[in-house]
Amino acid sequence: MEQVLELKNIHYAYHNLEGETPALSDISFALGTGEFVAIVGPSGCGKSTLLSLIAGLLVPEKGLIKINGKYLRESTTNVGYMLQHDELFEWRTVYNNVILGLEIQHMLTARTREKAHELLDFYGLRRFEKARPSELSGGMRQRAALIRTLVLDPDLLLLDEPFSALDYQTRLTVGDDIGQIIRQEKKAALLVTHDLSEAISLADRVIILSGRPATIRQTIPLIFDLDEDTPLARRNSPEFKTYFNLIWKELNTDE
Amino acid sequence: MSNLSKEQYRYLLCVKKHKRIVRVSRILILLSFLFIWEFTANAGIIDSFIFSSPSKIALCFWGMLLDKSIFLHLGITLYETVISFLLVIITSILAAVALWFSARLSEILDPYLVVLNSLPKSALAPLLIVWLGATRTTIIVAGMSVAIFGSILNLYTSFTTVDPGKIKLVYTLRGTKYQALTKVVLPSSVPAIISNMKVNIGLCLVGVIIGEFLAARNGLGYLIIYSSQVFKMDWLLMSIVLLCIMATMLYSLINLLEKWCMHRF
Repeated sequence: MEQVLELKNIHYAYHNLEGETPALSDISFALGTGEFVAIVGPSGCGKSTLLSLIAGLLVPEKGLIKINGKYLRESTTNVGYMLQHDELFEWRTVYNNVILGLEIQHMLTARTREKAHELLDFYGLRRFEKARPSELSGGMRQRAALIRTLVLDPDLLLLDEPFSALDYQTRLTVGDDIGQIIRQEKKAALLVTHDLSEAISLADRVIILSGRPATIRQTIPLIFDLDEDTPLARRNSPEFKTYFNLIWKELNTDE
Repeated sequence: MSNLSKEQYRYLLCVKKHKRIVRVSRILILLSFLFIWEFTANAGIIDSFIFSSPSKIALCFWGMLLDKSIFLHLGITLYETVISFLLVIITSILAAVALWFSARLSEILDPYLVVLNSLPKSALAPLLIVWLGATRTTIIVAGMSVAIFGSILNLYTSFTTVDPGKIKLVYTLRGTKYQALTKVVLPSSVPAIISNMKVNIGLCLVGVIIGEFLAARNGLGYLIIYSSQVFKMDWLLMSIVLLCIMATMLYSLINLLEKWCMHRF
């Protein structure tokens, strides 16, 4: 399988006047095309730092990151990043929010505009193109935020607890919804979450991190024997509970 | 109207009544103030030489309207205020942007801005006259000096308190710092810029009047200081009334701008 993302021996520490706080220690893993991987770990263990490194917002102190076989710095591949909040701009219409990335990367052409319209249409937001973000429901806002990254045609999506700001009921439906969209678009995705059931219902593989400084404790492949592999079907399957207990135990054992 | 319930109808009536009471009371206060002033001045209860009277002020205004001298004074003050206001807005936005771009620059300049902001700016006016002469430039600079430092500090604070998540979003979309400024910081600071304008228009007027007190041959500030020296209280009070009207009008212009922006942003 071709590798979209490859991390080798990543180290990262935060510095301040009181001293340094190691956040990540010797992290290595890879993501294949279309693969959906979830990362779980105790809170504050450096999960978000990992995503920031892959997105190029931070530079690792040691180790290397390759995207589509190229070093991160030379890579021209778009990496989509979904943040904890949708961060839609209230002073722009939904459509203008969706094309923000195109605008920033000077990629606004008739073709890309058309693509934005198509995606909005396909995911049920056509009627709201001219609306302000505040007129959308929480779920629709997350869809708009996802379309904003999809329109840039990224090969890799980074999801930083993108559903955590939603109420429980919306979180379930939106999580399933977004998960389906990502599979449909055949994007590789890396989801950071503290919600185990979210990780199990969406991912192909779960990486469990230890507490700070984070190291990879274990990688658990998720295999479900289902006719139709949807997040909802997974939640109802007998394997779900087994995986949940397995990951839960792994998270809570001391080294 | 027919489908309104009785309770809703009563509620609407109540709101209407409240609004009417507010409006009528406001007018009554003004009218009775003017009436008492006029009456006591005419009856000799207060000295109309010192306190003037509404009719005298109106007559004085009429006289200056006829010889057109009032337009000169009004125009000069308005012109100086508007120019210094525009210069304050432009320079303070540029300065705040520069400070936002370089955290180091803002840290270096911080104590200077704080000192300059807390300095009573009227103390600078005599200095400005010596340096720049008793010219219109002096008055415009005096107007600016009152508002500019506070304006820079306010704008810079509002720039730095922009939602960091939104700025992070621009960077995740591979945006530059300049794009973070134009796509996020400036648009989300529009309300702050406008409320800053509301404060500044008043401050600029204060500065311009101080400047005119000291270094002018025309303008409302000059009229006030001159008439107090020659004891022409009609002129003095008329100038103050005109200043009130001018300040209110400038303020409502910015209110209009705000409404227009709210519609757009």
